[in-house]
Amino acid sequence: MRKLLFESVFRQPLTERAPSPDDAAMAELATVVGRAARRRLGRSLSIREVDAGSCNGCELEIHALNNAYYDVERFGLRFVASPRHADVLMVTGPVTRNMHEALERTYHATPNPKWVVAVGDCARDGGCFAGSYAVAGGVSEVVPVDLHIPGCPPTPIAMLRGLLSLLERADARSTTP
Amino acid sequence: MPSLIDLTLEGRKVAHHGPWPRVVVDASVWTFAASELAHGRWSLLGLWGEPETVHMAIMEGQSAGIAVVSLECPERRFPSVGKHHPPALRLERTIHDLFGLSAEGAPDLRPWLDHNRWGVRFPLGDRIDALPTTAPYRFLAAEGDGLHQIAVGPVHAGIIEPGHFRFTASGETVVRLEQRLGYVHKGIDGLMAGASLERGAQLAGRVSGDSTVAYAYAFSRAAEIALDLAVPDRAMFLRALLAELERLANHLGDIGAICNDASFALMHAHCGILRESVLRAAGAAFGHRLMRDIIVPGGVSRDIGKDGPETIQSTLDNIRLRFPALVELYDNTASLQDRTVDTGTLKPPLARQYAAGGYVGRASGRSFDARRTLTYPPYDSLRFDVPVLNEGDVNARVWIRIREVEQSLSLIDQILSRLPEGPTRNEVPLGGQVREGMAIVEGFRGDILVWLRLRNGLIERCHMRDPSWFQWPLLEAVIENNIVADFPLCNKSFNCSYSGHDL
Repeated sequence: MRKLLFESVFRQPLTERAPSPDDAAMAELATVVGRAARRRLGRSLSIREVDAGSCNGCELEIHALNNAYYDVERFGLRFVASPRHADVLMVTGPVTRNMHEALERTYHATPNPKWVVAVGDCARDGGCFAGSYAVAGGVSEVVPVDLHIPGCPPTPIAMLRGLLSLLERADARSTTP
Repeated sequence: MPSLIDLTLEGRKVAHHGPWPRVVVDASVWTFAASELAHGRWSLLGLWGEPETVHMAIMEGQSAGIAVVSLECPERRFPSVGKHHPPALRLERTIHDLFGLSAEGAPDLRPWLDHNRWGVRFPLGDRIDALPTTAPYRFLAAEGDGLHQIAVGPVHAGIIEPGHFRFTASGETVVRLEQRLGYVHKGIDGLMAGASLERGAQLAGRVSGDSTVAYAYAFSRAAEIALDLAVPDRAMFLRALLAELERLANHLGDIGAICNDASFALMHAHCGILRESVLRAAGAAFGHRLMRDIIVPGGVSRDIGKDGPETIQSTLDNIRLRFPALVELYDNTASLQDRTVDTGTLKPPLARQYAAGGYVGRASGRSFDARRTLTYPPYDSLRFDVPVLNEGDVNARVWIRIREVEQSLSLIDQILSRLPEGPTRNEVPLGGQVREGMAIVEGFRGDILVWLRLRNGLIERCHMRDPSWFQWPLLEAVIENNIVADFPLCNKSFNCSYSGHDL
């Protein structure tokens, strides 16, 4: 183990430069994130991930955000274990009828101010599962959505862009009176 | 002792079903099959319904012969298989939830996927209105002094899929675990009905995201068998390449994640880097990191990129360079071994009874691997070992994955060096009026079964059985007498799919 750790000291870091925030996502957020956010939260967001019915593809790529290449914690973005600790809910999947109540309850368990980021094509409108007796639809059918990150699943870079624009927005608003 | 072939002679053989026979039998033959399963002479591969029929796929232990037996049940009842053979229990509850067919004599009549939230009952059979009120789910009892319950989920603490676990514990020791699943039920069987093959392949690739390649592979093979459609050689090799890349990425991720659940973050970080390198190579070679929507009936939808083979090869070289040090680290860290050795032990007889596939079965003495036991091209012409261990603990499931990483590296080498030139896709014919096909493909988690019936080129019924169906119940068994804190470790070492199971 010591050898492995020692080597890591001399290896170039794998972590890559941050992508620029997504312009489209920025515009989507303009109306949402107020200066209160900056004042209360500083430049950091705690994220609770909720799978509301996904095929687990989005979860795999959300996991990847934590690996050494994307290292999402360097931006102050952190995945937390409870909605009580969260500022942001990242919700994946078409919302199944069996998860409808659990998603609602998770939303209500999250303290204000809070944002909901819907991740993946299914999360917008149910995707290829829309119309099923077991599917309620997109995330916005159940809880208000502030930002949508498209893709099947979105790449980690696309998710990082979306999340950074959430931060940027919170930051910009706080400096303008 | 009658063989499976004798059984198929007892019934009426169905035309246009391949590659294994399907026979319509009467209730006595059906019950006889159930008792043979109970005696361990045959294994249950799947049990699924239609509005007035139930089907059961069976494999004979020694010969690996397979047959599907079907029982018509116009009275909406069939003799329970689960009464004799517990692995069928959840499947029968599902058949009741979806089609309204009752398993007579079944010991467990509780709903399984139906949480009374759909607005209807029996959505794929004769629909009726949902119940006016939802009764609380009755968890099985555990009695004794000082027992307490711990309810977990459906929303879990990590970035994982939803499901509910009800622990009954005595102090730190788990006395009973009961799962309640179905939260991510999307009604895929229902969406498949009437769909085109193109949409069917898209849905199949979204049953369980981590096995998107394996599902599209199994679905496409089932459709090709039904339609008697050959696949170009190049596509055949590319499919195996995709399947092995998926296996490699998932196993690397799992090895790290299991160690992480024992709070050994260093392995997680390093394995995460290797996993990412495989996904990036897949993205560069096939245009999608998870390789989604590439395998389609008739072949593959896109060829490997020009620099693909080189990118993949250099990724493999890097894994070969880095992985042995990680294996050594795993093997030599006593504090980690202390957590994984002798934890969550699955006894071989139980693995056999449930016909547990994948690393769960192979870590507990069951050598089944669809690539070998039911070999399909190109695996019949590739060299690889199927690692098997008998210990059945978390450690054994880690080691099976380690050995399979090595085998996948070797398989990818062989595939790249022998990749034939030529076309990658054949035209899909419309097919005759009714055609049925079944395929079993080895995903990273185990064997995926797809059965479908096409009518005039459209899907009439498609059933997909995830390996998790026969692994989830075993997780309940292995956690008994382990401490609560070891549950994440056991759970991750199984890594069952919620979405694949809930469908």
